[in-house]
Amino acid sequence: MKKVFALILAAAMTAMVLSGCGGQEAVQSSNGKTTLNVYNWGQYIADGSDDSLDIIAAFEEKYPHIDINYSTFDSNEIMYSKLSNGGITVDVIFPSDYMVARLIEEGMLLEINYDNIPNYQYIDEEFRNTAYDPENRYSVPYTWGTVGIIYNSNYVDEEDVTGWELLWNEKYNDKILMFDNSRDAFGIAALLQGYDINTTDEAELVACAEALAEQKPYVQQYVMDQIYDLMENEEAWIAPYYAGDYAIMAEENEALEFYLPQEQGFNLFIDAMCIPTCCQEKEAAELFINFLCDPEIAAANMDWVGYGVPLSEAKNYMDPETVEDPVAYPSDEALANGTSYDYLPPEITRHVESLFMKVRIS
Amino acid sequence: MKKNNSILLSTPYILWMVAFTLIPLGVVGYYALTDPDTGVFTWSNIRELGTYLPVFGQSIMYSLVSALICLILGYPVAYYIAHRGAVMQKILYMLVMLPMCMSFLLRTLAWVGLLQDTGIINNLLAAVGLPRLQLIRTPAAVVLGMVYNYLPYMILPLYSTIVKIDHRLIEAAEDLGCTPAETFRKVTLPLSMPGILSGLTMVFVPAVSTFYISQKLGGADTVLIGDVIERLYKQGNNANLGAALSLLLMILVFVCTGIMNRLGGDEEAVVV
Repeated sequence: MKKVFALILAAAMTAMVLSGCGGQEAVQSSNGKTTLNVYNWGQYIADGSDDSLDIIAAFEEKYPHIDINYSTFDSNEIMYSKLSNGGITVDVIFPSDYMVARLIEEGMLLEINYDNIPNYQYIDEEFRNTAYDPENRYSVPYTWGTVGIIYNSNYVDEEDVTGWELLWNEKYNDKILMFDNSRDAFGIAALLQGYDINTTDEAELVACAEALAEQKPYVQQYVMDQIYDLMENEEAWIAPYYAGDYAIMAEENEALEFYLPQEQGFNLFIDAMCIPTCCQEKEAAELFINFLCDPEIAAANMDWVGYGVPLSEAKNYMDPETVEDPVAYPSDEALANGTSYDYLPPEITRHVESLFMKVRIS
Repeated sequence: MKKNNSILLSTPYILWMVAFTLIPLGVVGYYALTDPDTGVFTWSNIRELGTYLPVFGQSIMYSLVSALICLILGYPVAYYIAHRGAVMQKILYMLVMLPMCMSFLLRTLAWVGLLQDTGIINNLLAAVGLPRLQLIRTPAAVVLGMVYNYLPYMILPLYSTIVKIDHRLIEAAEDLGCTPAETFRKVTLPLSMPGILSGLTMVFVPAVSTFYISQKLGGADTVLIGDVIERLYKQGNNANLGAALSLLLMILVFVCTGIMNRLGGDEEAVVV
């Protein structure tokens, strides 16, 4: 009896070990189609709503042998955790600049074969050879944009809208939202105090944490994608967020306004498309990236997404109102004080995260 | 032969336990004692736990209060159900279970829609000219969410204990001159103690580790230990500290349920 038991146990263990590190073979669905796993930010691709083009459906129509399995994340950090924990297959990801640099540094990205992406020719010169991918080997820019303050003009006095201090204004107690990720939250706290957003100075980081702790009593919630509902329904009145998402919210609630603190500075970011090392369908992934860089497709996509498009060619096909909108496409003068997030060493990232956690539990 | 058969029958469960409870527990222990970057043995995760003690305290307070409110609300309901006719009992029992057929997340989100500043209750108040109330993002809202979600876990064990109480004992107490209040205090209540204890445990344990309810119904101040652990795994990419916190939480839950059972044991001893 004992032998039988041991045998079953051994069999079970073997099966477990196999399924633990196996399971990496390409998934061929029963109908012989290729499954492409795309992992993107929420609300970050035109989905057919509001008369937009359904990008994924259009891709599947053009390439009927590929099925897209689309899933979303809330922040770069959540995406990074999922990837680094392993055990998943993702073919295309959309990290921001500093996260691209981190993924390259940690060997988590595959080199892209640009021969498969002829539409790369349309990418504007200023989005090539960037600081995060200086040799253009791992990334293709998807969008660019700014972080500013979205506020509800029905409740917030124009005279209070002077800069990041609006998020610290006691008058709007319990109506202020704040970023639920340490990088953006610390970035804003640094700008408020006139520090560099990429500061690694211990005293400055502690001062940022103190500023965030001061702000906490007035904060209604720390959120990411939930911001859409909360701002549209006027449950909250003030929130820092990505300029591109403002367009989607303003369509639902006309009282919403966007403010870019030009004097204090702000985060200027590029989100890129990359292929992680757990990719199983590299060619299909490159096909998808190429598709999104097609000027007409990019135009239809960005008309809905509302973020800046890194290929000027696409602007010819876009709604002229969007292209002239100063929120999505600020003037060079307005952009002068924008700074991008740099890659910070893991120990600093972890330290900032733990400082943020202490603010949250204080 | 008989003994062998019983081993054979329980083998699937034993295998299940080993594969999906004991081995993962070992993994949690391993993570709790290793460094996130290098993977070498370290006490640093354990040392950091001190920072989170107030959060543990807050989680325990919230779940204890919720468990007690569940008991106060649930006992009369269970008592009532247990004293209906057989058919009625089945119907009422079903009704108690009914909310559990719907997703727990949806039910909590529904409360957000009711309670928020621009929610249904406040809009109704405003429509009839009354001032709006601060309902959501208060400690009371979190307790409400816990009580609402976990009340069936209190009622069901209470009901199954109360329904088994031998009615002759109650008649005997009445014959011997007990008033209804005394009968309840001296007979029914002590005999339903096992149900009370398992009800308290079944509410306390999921409540103490919850994270969704506090995120949706609580404010920036109501951070529970489940929220912290979730954050460490997802945003923080620090599974090691998360594992250490999970381990401490598990120990605390064991201690708390142990204390509850111990208290119950003593009371039963007194009664006997």
